[in-house]
Amino acid sequence: MSSISPQEIKEEFLKSKMGIAGIIILAILVATSIIAIIVIPVETFQEWNNPENWISYPKVATPVWVNFFMLEKIPEHRILENPNIQINSEGNISLTSNQFGLIFEYDDFPSDFIYEFSAKYQDSPLLQMSVIRPDGIKLQLLSTSLPYSNSKTIHSERIFSTDNAIKKNLSLQSKVFAFDLNGLSTEDIVFSKTKTNEPLKGKYIFLIDMYSVNTQPQITESKLIIGGKAFGIMGTDELRRDLAIGLLWGTPLALFIGLVVAFASVTMGLLYGVYAGFKGKKTDETMMRFNDVIYALPVLPFLIILSVTISNSIFVMIGFLMVFGWVGVAKVARSMSLQVKTRGYVDASSMMGQKDSKIILKHILPQLLPYAFASIAISVPAAITTEAGLSFLGLGDPSFPTWGQILHDANIFGAAARGLWWWIVPPGVMIAITGLAFVFIGNALDVIVNPKLKR
Amino acid sequence: MKKYVATRMVTMFGVLMITLLITIALVGSNMDTILKQGIVFQVRSEITEDPTIAESFSSVNEFERFVQNQIDHRINILGLDEPWHSPQRIGLTMYKILLLDFGHATFLTSDAGSSNVKDIIFEKLPRTILLFTTATIIISIIGIFLGALSASKIGSVIDRITSSFAIISSSFPVWWIGMLMIFLFAFTYQIFPARATPDIPSSDPGYIAALLYHMTLPLITIVMIGFGSWAYLVRNFMVGIMQEDFIMAKKTIGINNKKIIYSHALKNAAPPIITVLALSLSGSLGGAIITEAVFDWPGMGRLYFEAITVMDLPVIIGSTYILTVFFLASIFIADLLYGYFDPRVRTGQ
Repeated sequence: MSSISPQEIKEEFLKSKMGIAGIIILAILVATSIIAIIVIPVETFQEWNNPENWISYPKVATPVWVNFFMLEKIPEHRILENPNIQINSEGNISLTSNQFGLIFEYDDFPSDFIYEFSAKYQDSPLLQMSVIRPDGIKLQLLSTSLPYSNSKTIHSERIFSTDNAIKKNLSLQSKVFAFDLNGLSTEDIVFSKTKTNEPLKGKYIFLIDMYSVNTQPQITESKLIIGGKAFGIMGTDELRRDLAIGLLWGTPLALFIGLVVAFASVTMGLLYGVYAGFKGKKTDETMMRFNDVIYALPVLPFLIILSVTISNSIFVMIGFLMVFGWVGVAKVARSMSLQVKTRGYVDASSMMGQKDSKIILKHILPQLLPYAFASIAISVPAAITTEAGLSFLGLGDPSFPTWGQILHDANIFGAAARGLWWWIVPPGVMIAITGLAFVFIGNALDVIVNPKLKR
Repeated sequence: MKKYVATRMVTMFGVLMITLLITIALVGSNMDTILKQGIVFQVRSEITEDPTIAESFSSVNEFERFVQNQIDHRINILGLDEPWHSPQRIGLTMYKILLLDFGHATFLTSDAGSSNVKDIIFEKLPRTILLFTTATIIISIIGIFLGALSASKIGSVIDRITSSFAIISSSFPVWWIGMLMIFLFAFTYQIFPARATPDIPSSDPGYIAALLYHMTLPLITIVMIGFGSWAYLVRNFMVGIMQEDFIMAKKTIGINNKKIIYSHALKNAAPPIITVLALSLSGSLGGAIITEAVFDWPGMGRLYFEAITVMDLPVIIGSTYILTVFFLASIFIADLLYGYFDPRVRTGQ
């Protein structure tokens, strides 16, 4: 083993295309993590397993960009939150009107629509819902009175497109359509052309009017959800979760797990191996026997038993991964320190009466640093895939949406059988890309540290 | 050499014992609770079956005391009154396990219907060995040839493709590729079955054929992910050897390149290759847990996974033991081979 100065390593590393590619990928991943941490509030990912949080999202929706490649555009899931509010009053009748504009340019009907609102009122105001279609026809959807209250009250409700009253209202207006409305669902009628039952493209305006006598009602929250089959950049899963959030948050988690485990286990292994090699004789023998024992333990079964019986917390798991990770490094570090310790300057410093700890830290360890960096880079992917594997088996920490966890859910809900590729492919690709970045860096360093591989 | 073998054997046995101890320590307290619950259930059901016992007592208290006495009595007989960590009980448990007496499974049964853990394990083990040994053999054959080929033409297209394929494939988790393969070849193009468990009973004469057919998809996946890094490994060994003086000498004499690579260089690269082969065989058995869970292959890995999900402790202990034995055996063989091939170890220096 020849000693290489950090400057040389840097120069050699910058010459290697692979190393630079690795660094670029890593930089992108780090940037993604930072964006994820800044843009997506921590609360969102803590709510990952809370179905309540995802209720207004669609089930198993494809990513929106799929439409780009499709001839027949899949309807996008739209959550319209900022209505155009108008307040009129005539005499003692006041009207609060919410308008939602929707541009509908898809080749299939939406799957449903839901109007969600909370209103503050007294008495019993009248709620009317209607839609003005691109062809100018105005369809009355619903006309209902809110529950009576003699004092100021807040009422929240969800009106679903499957509501029977809406169906009845539509059948009263059936003469607009040239076809039989029987058996068709509300959204198939509202968004249909009049001649044939095909989607009508253009601008729709949904009107929600609230009439009240004497008092002025207020609509405090108002949200119209047009159910579609495409949503977000990454689509959603069976539990309506936005996969983009899971994938984004998975990045810092994976980097954290991988780097912490790799760094800690390589440091442990390095110190252990160097100490054993430096001390030699009985100490070396005993320490290496212990090393052999850990080396021969079957890792995965043990990790599984540990996570089932002790705790599946992500931090405990990181600890376990470290316990099994240092062994290989220790073996190599020992044999390297055996070589280094025979060098003149080590002998000299020990003759001068320097402490063992100082010799190890000042004279031996620095020689092994290039090797240490290479092995840190190489052991990151192993840590990430092991964690992902455990999570995939359902033994991961359920409070953190790691990529393995997403794949676990995909497997549970039979994503492969149902052709939900956007649920399976991205998490795996992310695992692979992250692994690849470190493998690239590790290999580039390895070539510098072991010049034999260069040819 | 003898001393070397002896120390290795002692270490391996020690590791086996430590593994068992840790496993028992981890699941021991759960095991006790489950066993005690089993006894309570047994006593209660015996008493309900025989109404005369209940009639012979005048008060409820007296009856309850009788039941409790019965339970305590049985717990005493089985030695469960001592905690699981008492030396006696641990000793007994380990002795039993060494003799492959794992007891009866709590929930799982073998395909033939036996709940004896030994039966279950020995039914699943051959299938795991079948799948992973076949895969390892195919991987090593492809790997050695590809590796030798790229070592002979360093920097060529083949060499570059092999190296980059090795690096890329090593960062993909096998089980994820498995999911993709199922998605592609079982559902999109329905060529292979999605579940690797044959749906005919194991007594059927066509069972072997069905099993082999169901084995194809997992086999292809494992080979696809595995052979790249193998080729890369062999290549690196070979590159190291090709720089040795004796190869240079042979080159200068004018022996043709092919002969040097396939007879001289490969022979010298054999010891580390064989060692890694032995290690990767055992490693594949450990990795089998996730792969088998994805493909639903009815082997040890899936058994282990099922046992963990329902916390079937006797099966967990039994499988851990068997997996460890296999793992250690292959490490041991690898060590021996290394010792055999490397003269420095052989002479005990």
